[in-house]
Amino acid sequence: MTLSALLSHWMRNKVQLAMVLVGLTLATALWSGVQALNAQARGAYATAAALVSEDGAPRLDSATGQMPQARFIELRRAGVLVSPVVEGRVTLGDTRVTLLGIDPLTAPPGTAAALADGDLQGFLSGAGYAHPETLERIGATDMSPAPSQAVPVGTVLVDIGTAQNALGMTGQISHLLLTGPAPRPMPDGLRLSQPETGAELAGLTDSFHLNLTAFGALAFAVGLFIVHSAVGLAFEQRRGLFRTLRSLGVSLRSLTLALAVELALFALLAGLAGLALGYVMAAALLPDVAATLRGLYGAPVPGSLQFSPVWALAGLAMAFAGAGLAGGQALWRLWHMPVLAPAQPRAWAMASGRAMRWQMLGAGLLAALAVALGLFGSGLFAGFALLAAALLAAALLTRPVLALGLALAAKAARAPVLQWFWADSRQNLPRLSLALMALMLALAANIGVGTMVASFRATFIDWLDQRLVAEMTITPRDAAQAVALEDFLAPRVQAVLPLRQVDATLAGQPGAVFAMRDHATFRDNWPLIAQVPGVWDGLAAEQGALINEQLARRADLWPGDSVALPGAGEVAILGVYPDYGNPLAQAIVTEGWFDSLYPGTPTRQLAIRTDDPAATRAALLDEFGLSAQAITDQAQAKALSLAIFERTFLITGALNVLTLSVAALALFATLVTLSGLRLVQLAPLWAMGLTVRHLAGLELARALVLAGLTMLLALPVGLMLAQVLLAVINVQAFGWRLPLQIFPADWARLALWAGLAMLAASAWPAWRLWRGGGGPLLRVFANER
Amino acid sequence: MNVKVLIAALLLAPAALAQGFAGLGTDADGFAVPEQGRALQFPRDHGPHPDYRIEWWYLTATLQGEDGRDYGAQWTLFRSALAPEERDGWDSPQVWMGHAGLTTPGRHFSAERFARGGIGQAGAQANPFTAWIDDWHMTSTAPDGADAYSALQIAATGPEFGYDLRMQAQGPLVRHGDDGYSVKSAAGQASYYYSQPFYTVEGTLDLPDGPVKVTGQAWLDREWSSQPLASDQTGWDWFSIVLEDGHRLMGFQLRGDQTFTAGTWITPDGDATALPDGALSFAPQGTARVAGRDVPVRWRIDWPEQGLALRTEPVNPQAWMDLTVSYWEGPITVTGSHQGRGYLEMTGY
Repeated sequence: MTLSALLSHWMRNKVQLAMVLVGLTLATALWSGVQALNAQARGAYATAAALVSEDGAPRLDSATGQMPQARFIELRRAGVLVSPVVEGRVTLGDTRVTLLGIDPLTAPPGTAAALADGDLQGFLSGAGYAHPETLERIGATDMSPAPSQAVPVGTVLVDIGTAQNALGMTGQISHLLLTGPAPRPMPDGLRLSQPETGAELAGLTDSFHLNLTAFGALAFAVGLFIVHSAVGLAFEQRRGLFRTLRSLGVSLRSLTLALAVELALFALLAGLAGLALGYVMAAALLPDVAATLRGLYGAPVPGSLQFSPVWALAGLAMAFAGAGLAGGQALWRLWHMPVLAPAQPRAWAMASGRAMRWQMLGAGLLAALAVALGLFGSGLFAGFALLAAALLAAALLTRPVLALGLALAAKAARAPVLQWFWADSRQNLPRLSLALMALMLALAANIGVGTMVASFRATFIDWLDQRLVAEMTITPRDAAQAVALEDFLAPRVQAVLPLRQVDATLAGQPGAVFAMRDHATFRDNWPLIAQVPGVWDGLAAEQGALINEQLARRADLWPGDSVALPGAGEVAILGVYPDYGNPLAQAIVTEGWFDSLYPGTPTRQLAIRTDDPAATRAALLDEFGLSAQAITDQAQAKALSLAIFERTFLITGALNVLTLSVAALALFATLVTLSGLRLVQLAPLWAMGLTVRHLAGLELARALVLAGLTMLLALPVGLMLAQVLLAVINVQAFGWRLPLQIFPADWARLALWAGLAMLAASAWPAWRLWRGGGGPLLRVFANER
Repeated sequence: MNVKVLIAALLLAPAALAQGFAGLGTDADGFAVPEQGRALQFPRDHGPHPDYRIEWWYLTATLQGEDGRDYGAQWTLFRSALAPEERDGWDSPQVWMGHAGLTTPGRHFSAERFARGGIGQAGAQANPFTAWIDDWHMTSTAPDGADAYSALQIAATGPEFGYDLRMQAQGPLVRHGDDGYSVKSAAGQASYYYSQPFYTVEGTLDLPDGPVKVTGQAWLDREWSSQPLASDQTGWDWFSIVLEDGHRLMGFQLRGDQTFTAGTWITPDGDATALPDGALSFAPQGTARVAGRDVPVRWRIDWPEQGLALRTEPVNPQAWMDLTVSYWEGPITVTGSHQGRGYLEMTGY
């Protein structure tokens, strides 16, 4: 009875109802969508790690990359519990996949789990397993693996014998997994290393997930602004109803309960809708997220989403929490309302000078916290805390700063209508402040993230041009073909630059050591961000190594320091090179030294310098008989790298648009709310002779002015955000620091969007004012106000 | 379900696979099946028989330590074939599984190993005899001309234990059933089965508290088949007993819809008498709670015809082989009409 009386309000105010539901739905959708993406990716890391080794079983590697199978038997016969692994890349259908060969009888239990309920006999006689997505990509082939969710995307799991045959590695194995205690002493020529584990991959990708979570939280907060303003308005508008109900004998308790039930009903409806929307959003974004994670970290994430009940429950809980947060204030005020409180709408959350001082104090404290975090904090979490503190401080400052701007404008104004315009804008600022804060946050996030991405992009393209100077790159099938190719190409091209690498632990981090031939290609082009004088001569003279920026920043190693390379002891660092898009540590030594340290390491790739790429390509295809797939030309490589880069930030762009849309919606909700209340303030002006049309125009103009001022405030905040992202978050997350570059054209575009969003938000209330004509304004006087 | 469980299932429960065609020489998948009247030949039959589905080398030892305590040791190598042949390299269809157990009055240790044939990690050969998986091995130390099993060395290690034992045979090989053809059910399932029950042992046990020198007696079982159990048979209770008067008794019951019993009575000289179904009776006398189940660890064994009435007590009732395939296996002491020691294996509980 009480409830239906309360609900009848919504029947009459459908737009308001829509605001509450849409706000809560969007907030839930964005939050739970992001959670679903994160959960899916993290699950995939665990799968990948479990397949290779359970609980991070350590790995035994040969210094030369491969080892004879006899080594495995020899170790087992000596009581060392190891399991052999053969790993390599093969082309199935048209797709390159990793062929992972294991011995199920000695493999760690985690690997065996991939074969759960499997057909051992079939597996031993050549049947493999692959993720359904991999199967889809490779289509029908001779080797038709069975589907298994336990195998990472892009990998085909087969018996070791099958893998040896397919990879031409009969009698050879790639490495050993240690399933028992480590042998003491370590057998000659073997190195113990911790392999890729889920934790490691999760550590590398943490930044990405934290980034997504931050976006989700931001969107959730902005969504709550909408709900808060709509619920608050509904409360104000129903004061009369509350009074009537109370007068009729409804107890305060049951009235409050009824309102709470109403709120819970909204939370349930919006929560379910939000979950559905969040799922759809996550499913739509997942392919991009998966591509990003694959490109950036080599993390095998499947592109299809799985539904989890835990996720759904958490999303619903967030919807309830959000509804409680947004509606709590209204309930509290109802509880404290005298029975016969005048049923007079008063501007809710009317500003007083005191409230503003509190906001400024809060902003000051948060700003101080941000500065402290910037100075003394370390780690990714501190970086994000710094961001949050700085953004909140800026949000709290929105109102004082806008008030100041409007006050200055009012002083300058001479015409009475103009004076009223500024004064009235200031008067309305408190009511609009929440929505304007949301807009400010969304704009700042857009500017910040946009500047970061654009800066990154500019630096990245520059760097690609420097790094990818070779006209083409060839991936040989095996070591023998690499040698043959080098002999074949030597007389035909200007230079053949072989790429050799061994996996290594550098300063405690997983990584690799690379060989570099002393050649002008590198001396003239290879970018360095720090170096000792005569770095290239020093490198050629085997005086030291180059390391990548990731290693340098994480381990704080710079030219003049030294780093331990396997087999070489401490080696002087001659230079540091930027290495975007690679999560692992790297060191480079000159080719001759590399070959003496790690003899027999096969050549993985050959970079070719040639004046006539077309002729070289033709010679390779026709005379040498190389398959076209083995050749990558420079343009292809650049296009591929750029494509990976673009996809990496596609998700960022999508979330940017979403937060801006939510902010616009918050503004719309607030303006619709205000438009009814503002009739009281507009009626006297109308009575004094201003036309409704003029008044509506002034309303639109005010919206534009406020949007403009907010944009102006968002600009420095956004740049600060970008600076923190580039100098703190990126360094922590990826291990590289990028210069901040300024892109004013992007800001102009964003300002245009903000103006449009503001216009769109105020258009309907203005239109309603205009279409309503004098009637509603006249009624204001009729209602004795 | 884990791969190793699958493997173990292949190894230890072949009843589901092997629908035998006794007398035809091979079953439906081309595996050889035991034939009555085919004489065992040595040293050939000491080695592996890859054309049969399953096979084992199974040694159990009842031991006494210098410290005066009773111990027991088990060394087993199982072979299971996915196809009736051997091939080189990873193509080999032969799968090997090793089990090692070590029992003290207070603790029981167990370990297992898996390997594929064809690559050298595990296998067996008749001449010179050796059977191995990883660093575990059973190797003949017999002089030229003597039976390979007349002197053996075995060794195995687990995470917390290890042993190295030397065996010296004091009597001949013993063929069970009809000259080595051992019937395992009323329906005629059978295996080839012979033993060397006359070993004296000396060696060292490695225990968490340090090494212990031991002496004692041991028993080696050799068995291979392609269809040893009937489909209704759920497990078995198997005893090998060395009596103080020098006689040996091998006896087992296969539990199923109808219990099937068999045994061999062995004189101190090695003369064997096969005991037909029903001659021996086995009656549980008490259970112990082991690994979450009730296992009958005390038994009464009767052979009324000979006035034999034995009672067995485990050295350690908790002798549970907690492996991929789990079962109870441990040393026992024998009282009643005769005194003695032995080993008991119980599966299917």
